[in-house]
Amino acid sequence: MKLSPAKILEKAESLRWHLPQNADDRISESLYASAAELASRNTKKNGGTFRKTWQRSLDKILTGKLTGPLSMLAIFSAILWITIEGANVPSALLGDFLIGKICPLLRSAAAALSVSPWIAGICIDGIYLSTAWVISVMLPPMAIFFPLFTILEDFGYLPRVAFNLDRAFQKVGAHGKQALTMSMGLGCNAAGVIACRIIDSPRERLVAILTNNFSLCNGRWPTQILIATVFIGALVPPFLSGIAAAASVAAVACLGFGLTFASSWLLSRTLLKGESSTFSLELPPYRPPSILRTLYTSLIDRTLFVLWRAIVFAAPAGAVIWLSANVSIGDATLAAWAINALSPLAWLMGLTGVVLLAYIVAIPANEIIIPTVLMLTVQYAGLSGFGDGAGVMFETGDQNLRAILDAGGWTLLTGVCLMLFSLAHNPCSTTIYTIYKETGSWKWTAFATFFPLLIGFFLCVSVAFVWRLLV
Amino acid sequence: MSNCANSCQSCSASHDEKWKQQGFRIAAFDAVIALAGNPNTGKSTVFNRLTGLRQHTGNWPGKTIARADGAFEFRSTRYRLVDLPGTYSLLSASPDEEVARDFILFGRPDVTVIVADATALERNLNLALQILQITDKAVLALNLMDEALAHGIRVDDRGLSRDLGIPVVPMSARKNDGVATLVATIDAVRTETIACSPIKFHFPVAGLEKAVAELAGELLSLYPSLPQPRWIALRLLQGDSRIREALAAGDFELLSPPRPQSP
Repeated sequence: MKLSPAKILEKAESLRWHLPQNADDRISESLYASAAELASRNTKKNGGTFRKTWQRSLDKILTGKLTGPLSMLAIFSAILWITIEGANVPSALLGDFLIGKICPLLRSAAAALSVSPWIAGICIDGIYLSTAWVISVMLPPMAIFFPLFTILEDFGYLPRVAFNLDRAFQKVGAHGKQALTMSMGLGCNAAGVIACRIIDSPRERLVAILTNNFSLCNGRWPTQILIATVFIGALVPPFLSGIAAAASVAAVACLGFGLTFASSWLLSRTLLKGESSTFSLELPPYRPPSILRTLYTSLIDRTLFVLWRAIVFAAPAGAVIWLSANVSIGDATLAAWAINALSPLAWLMGLTGVVLLAYIVAIPANEIIIPTVLMLTVQYAGLSGFGDGAGVMFETGDQNLRAILDAGGWTLLTGVCLMLFSLAHNPCSTTIYTIYKETGSWKWTAFATFFPLLIGFFLCVSVAFVWRLLV
Repeated sequence: MSNCANSCQSCSASHDEKWKQQGFRIAAFDAVIALAGNPNTGKSTVFNRLTGLRQHTGNWPGKTIARADGAFEFRSTRYRLVDLPGTYSLLSASPDEEVARDFILFGRPDVTVIVADATALERNLNLALQILQITDKAVLALNLMDEALAHGIRVDDRGLSRDLGIPVVPMSARKNDGVATLVATIDAVRTETIACSPIKFHFPVAGLEKAVAELAGELLSLYPSLPQPRWIALRLLQGDSRIREALAAGDFELLSPPRPQSP
């Protein structure tokens, strides 16, 4: 008797229940075993020389039980170090040019044309400056980080990373390839979220998308480094301050990995129940990367793409920052009202009202956090002699920075909590938009937005609570 | 004397005969050849050698996945050659693997050429074995033989052919070695001058064999000429959502009649 397609599907489902749980893994394994057997039976190696070629030795190091994770840490630290160090100079040059040279020109042009101060303020000190800041801060690191990353990818290293982390991710119910998307997130969470397309199973792709925000992105590295230098670095003798600051940033980044694993585990046990799916991960041969093609594709596909989205979101934020610092209701500016309203909550989290307001204003792009904080502090604390006036973003040296923050009532606790909150808070709006585009669901987008915020809130509140008990 | 030379040329064992590269002339064809294989095995080089095209394919995650088509002619048979995305397996549901799998399974190519890297046979055979589960007429193009030799690796192509149950052609597409033999072998497999009997698997999972047989029987009684019912049954048991959807939507109905030879 013929069964209908629906009946056959039902039958397949019921037959499936009688199969062992790990049937998929065992099918893959038996395929592998047969392939290995056939290959070894029909291959002769002269004195086993091939196994000792450099590729094999390299794989032994890069995928070894102990050496694998260690070399991974070393390689990524090196890339991050190159990115951070290498981006400083071009960032400063771009900043000097866009903010130091072009901006005064625009201002004098506006004055010459007698444009109304409000329009000039919004356009130049708001929109133009925030966009210029995002370009000067984001473009150089991305232009260094993405090509380096693509070269590693071309060379064949990334499958090895996935191999190293596969077991850990499988243990928490996620996909091994999440190791790759997590690493992409270290550059930019929006790019990391897009990279989640390489994960086949929708459940695991969602886990990867929702937890990507725990990878510190380009926009947050500068915040971490700046705050670590000013607050943590100052705790130790000067010759150790660089190392102490770097170690504390690395610790925060590792806490991020820990949060990724923990929240992936939580998600696959609660909202996104399921087992990890098998995937055939082969370690392809190492190939010399083609540098020019890498530069081209990583610049076009990743750098410019991500930068463009950031600019689109940063421009309106600039206007909002300027307005909030310049529009008064009653006897205080909008910014002052908001800071006062946020202060009790901020105290609970070991932060200041200024920081929380900055995080709200800077939702479009994480990289404008520090300038926004400084600008608001100067405004709110009524400092004079810093920067260019109300609502204008600026950059200052480390000593000035400390002076401003001290005047704003910052302590070591504020610094630590800011570093934690910078790690765990809502993704930037570019990433939120990307998550919506990738998942097509408002529900998951909202979850991805508020879940890290909740984690960050509890993290900061507990640290502040314990701190105040002990100190 | 000249007679003798001619008879050698026309003998099917001769591989001196030249194929004609036809580039993009793919509108009319007599047979379809699928070109499958792992990434980085020189698949595109083989494709370019056969068709005379200069296909450059980059494979990285997130890139749009496309198929390249080209044509060549051999012994007045017009072949359409379809270059499938390079994949490591056919078991997952990533878009590139789906393109490759769907084409081999449902596109019903006359012959599937599996390009394998002789220096990394184990990895390449893994995909080859999966492909042999879904198609019968296949040729293994054992590429990069020159590199293998340089690495001190010698592959027993005859032993491999015996084990796999399909012809194996050692070659170095970069140097144009063995490409003529590949073309002649493709032709021979298409005309069934060479018979293929690829090895089929019995998976060591309790109850799987019985479940596959039972389900495959049901599939066959519903769609008598369904290609590879055992494999489709296996994928249904593994919960492959694409195959489930195809079955539910009645797509297999359309597959059942044999594919017309030429449009």
